[in-house]
Amino acid sequence: MISDAPVLQQTSEPGDSTIAPSRLSRYARPLLGVLLPLILALGWELVVWSGWSNGRLVPPPLRVFATIAELARSGELIRHIAATLWRVGLGFAFGVVAGTLLGAISGYWSLARRLLDPTVQALRAIPSLAWVPLFILWLGIFETSKIALIAVGVFFPVYLGVMGAILIVDRKIVEVGRTFRLSGPAMIRRILLPAVLPAYVVSLRVGLGLGWMFVVAAELIGASEGLGYLLLDGQQLGKPAQILAAIVIFAILGKLTDWLIEVAAAPFLRWQDAFGRAKEI
Amino acid sequence: MLALDRVSKTYPNGVQALARFSAEIRQGEILAIIGGSGCGKSTLLRAIAGLDRASSGTVTLDREAIASPHAKIGIIFQEPRLLPWLSVADNIGFGLADLPATERREKVARALERVGLADKAQAWPRELSGGQAQRVAIARALVPQPEVLLLDEPFSALDAFTRRDLQDHLLDLWADTRPTLILVTHDVDEAVVLADRVLVMRPWPGRLFDQIEINLGRPRDRNSPLFENFKRSVLTSLDRSLDRNVPDRDATQGPGQAMWW
Repeated sequence: MISDAPVLQQTSEPGDSTIAPSRLSRYARPLLGVLLPLILALGWELVVWSGWSNGRLVPPPLRVFATIAELARSGELIRHIAATLWRVGLGFAFGVVAGTLLGAISGYWSLARRLLDPTVQALRAIPSLAWVPLFILWLGIFETSKIALIAVGVFFPVYLGVMGAILIVDRKIVEVGRTFRLSGPAMIRRILLPAVLPAYVVSLRVGLGLGWMFVVAAELIGASEGLGYLLLDGQQLGKPAQILAAIVIFAILGKLTDWLIEVAAAPFLRWQDAFGRAKEI
Repeated sequence: MLALDRVSKTYPNGVQALARFSAEIRQGEILAIIGGSGCGKSTLLRAIAGLDRASSGTVTLDREAIASPHAKIGIIFQEPRLLPWLSVADNIGFGLADLPATERREKVARALERVGLADKAQAWPRELSGGQAQRVAIARALVPQPEVLLLDEPFSALDAFTRRDLQDHLLDLWADTRPTLILVTHDVDEAVVLADRVLVMRPWPGRLFDQIEINLGRPRDRNSPLFENFKRSVLTSLDRSLDRNVPDRDATQGPGQAMWW
């Protein structure tokens, strides 16, 4: 007999309650996003084509693409892209390894945090570009100083992300691990790592973004190849199309590498996937 | 048998949460612990679970002292505390990592069947309702077949209908292997419907005040006059425990003896 029980309904399942996006918003939204740049590009192309402007300082899109094609044909482009990717890759790797290790130590051990964190935070307050002269003195003007600069840029967001993520791991879930008598390593592998992963992926993406930022700075300071060199070369020789071409390629590479992290992490983050999707709506 | 001998707990800030709590709990008994807030009932449960150490006194299971989480003692918290990155099936199998995969899968499948969530095996915890999630937590705690299962206000976050449903379900599951159940609750109805014996605690510092045997067969009819009688005696005792003018029982009196009045 339940007639005297309050008529309460079980809360409906959250999985069912996510409203499917309407057809219009689903297809129209990405299109709306490219509409404005497309119109601007087309408009500028038309303006130059009809002779209202010579487009010397702001070359029209087709001329930028022609420059890219020409660089690609001569094999220049691949060389510059490879040089830049190599620097970002190496700097990112060093920054991630150092940031992850120190971040994990600081997050896990409160004594280490008290020892280490104030120093790291103080170093973080220094604008990273201020290191450039010192790095050049210490490490020379070639690859090492560039990679060190990129690594420094990547280090801080990763360090902060890992430490912060460990600090906010739900004590209640750690307790579940304790009731099942997980050993230290098992606790890390089965509770802490998965709990930290979403924030870690975010910090990797932020770190990578900074890596791209710092590779430009490093290459502007002095390089004989790389996309940053293309920028500088374009400025010194008055070739705005080349500058824009390098910028476009930076955008494509930045987006592509970011997407790679996202795709690589996706299988491990499937459990929170729908949450992110629901928020987007 | 689970034996608590003069278990006391004083927190570092000087608050005494538990004072010389003694009790003996038979294997297979269902014990409810009830009391006002601050009576130390959760502290007591955490000491039995080995999650917090008692300041003094001992907890022993079959003469083995409990100082850290033990394989024979399972616990269910107020919140389901499922691991959001594991499927429902993997959550249930969480405590079976040492078993070979096939055996683990079998046990998990049987447990899923038993809690009526076989169709949710591959669902993520966030896709479950509160009642379903707590069922998964119950299955996770029961699947390693603990001898003692501790429950810390396990149904208090659920609506009344789901709560009754899960209380009946818990009894049903209990009948499979008959582990000792120790249930901390503030719901008199829940205590009387589930327990063989109700311990009433009183606060500041938390200590045993009274115990009431619930001599009712199962299943229990929540509307029978007898049921109402037991509820009333628990309520009366609870009221008296909060009345500062009512003295404690004689401290030398062991548990399991008659009420003092």
